[in-house]
Amino acid sequence: MDFLYARSWDEALAAKADRPDAVPISGGTDLMVDINFDRRRPAALLDLNGIDELTAWERVDGHLRIGAAVPYTRIIAELGGLVPGLAIASRTVGSPQIRNRGTLAGNLATASPAGDALPPLVVADASVEIASTRGARTVAVPDFFLGPKRSVLEPDELIRAVLVPIADGPEQFAKVGTRNAMVISVCSFALALHPDRRRVAGCIGSAGPTVLPTPDAEQFLEGELAERGLWESRGELDDAVATRFGELAGAHARPIDDVRGTADYRRHAVGVLARRTLRWTWDEYRGGHR
Amino acid sequence: MRLTFEVNGVRQEADDVWPGESLLYVLRERMGLPGTKNACEQGECGSCSVYLDGALVCACLVAAPQAQGRTVRTVEGLAGADGGLDPIQQAFLDTGAVQCGFCTPGLIVTTHDLLERNPAPADVEIREALAGNLCRCTGYEKILDAVRLAADRKAGR
Repeated sequence: MDFLYARSWDEALAAKADRPDAVPISGGTDLMVDINFDRRRPAALLDLNGIDELTAWERVDGHLRIGAAVPYTRIIAELGGLVPGLAIASRTVGSPQIRNRGTLAGNLATASPAGDALPPLVVADASVEIASTRGARTVAVPDFFLGPKRSVLEPDELIRAVLVPIADGPEQFAKVGTRNAMVISVCSFALALHPDRRRVAGCIGSAGPTVLPTPDAEQFLEGELAERGLWESRGELDDAVATRFGELAGAHARPIDDVRGTADYRRHAVGVLARRTLRWTWDEYRGGHR
Repeated sequence: MRLTFEVNGVRQEADDVWPGESLLYVLRERMGLPGTKNACEQGECGSCSVYLDGALVCACLVAAPQAQGRTVRTVEGLAGADGGLDPIQQAFLDTGAVQCGFCTPGLIVTTHDLLERNPAPADVEIREALAGNLCRCTGYEKILDAVRLAADRKAGR
């Protein structure tokens, strides 16, 4: 195994072009587990820790551009007011030790359907900035995944940053696990209200081959909110509407039975989380959030 | 490959390191610092908690070459130069927070990090901070006592 150091982004791209078999490493919280247990033996590792620009974030035209190596701890501490759903989800990742090292780019590249940061990125309409020596491209988060552990990244490409629109309404995230910390989610759900666009966005985690948006539930709720004039009145939401939203969201789940839970449990739990996160976000909206 | 980095204020070198080795392995097996414990090797247990450039990390999840030129602080580096215990170590002893002792170094480093950031943590904050450190003797109540006592002593209460 070779170990490649990159001191600048251009060096990293050149190294990846030269050695497409090199696996990038930043926090190592997924990759090192595979190496420690001899499940994966990359021909080379490409260390991204020495590239200062990857550990920075900036505000660009209503977006946050979060560098690939910004750890969860800093998203929680520095960005909670701007992208609350992502910060809430980040706080449920692993432990302090893991959050000090783990990154959004790692969560994306690992492409596990259980990646905690992924549902909030989807509902915030986030996208991934990808580059190689051939050029750069930006891919919407839902289009980034091809299946479990599979993404659109080409062998010579690296994730440079994640572009997350600054929240324009309440956002929430909830996950089910066997304890309050250190759990891979049994299932999760993220919800964002976009009042200016009269839009609702939901996304399921850990209950399908990839994270799954919930268009039927969104369409139903948008219809109800419009019909009842609730965006304008900020009135109370009927229990029946919240319950139906949960049912429709749960119907989008495509879960399997595995060691963490059964498919039936996951489908049901997704519905419950969808209903709860709707209650929380709607209460926040009624309380005057924008 | 050859690695050089600072551990507990001392420049350390290791030769013939395989690039996929963890920082944990290099500390224990190549640098003779066995205080940092090896248990799960997957970031679940916190036994290998160390500081890397001031950030609390699981040494098992850092590829050793990533530590090149950086600064590491382990449990061995918490005691004073005269060998006197850190107040956190003393508090673990005084409260009986040590049973088999295997999780203790990781818990002490993690508690050190917590009290650096938050000198007077509430119980929920202690629990969240220690969530990544497992004790399989199930002695968490004494550990919580130790953290509270260490916080009080450090604050001169």
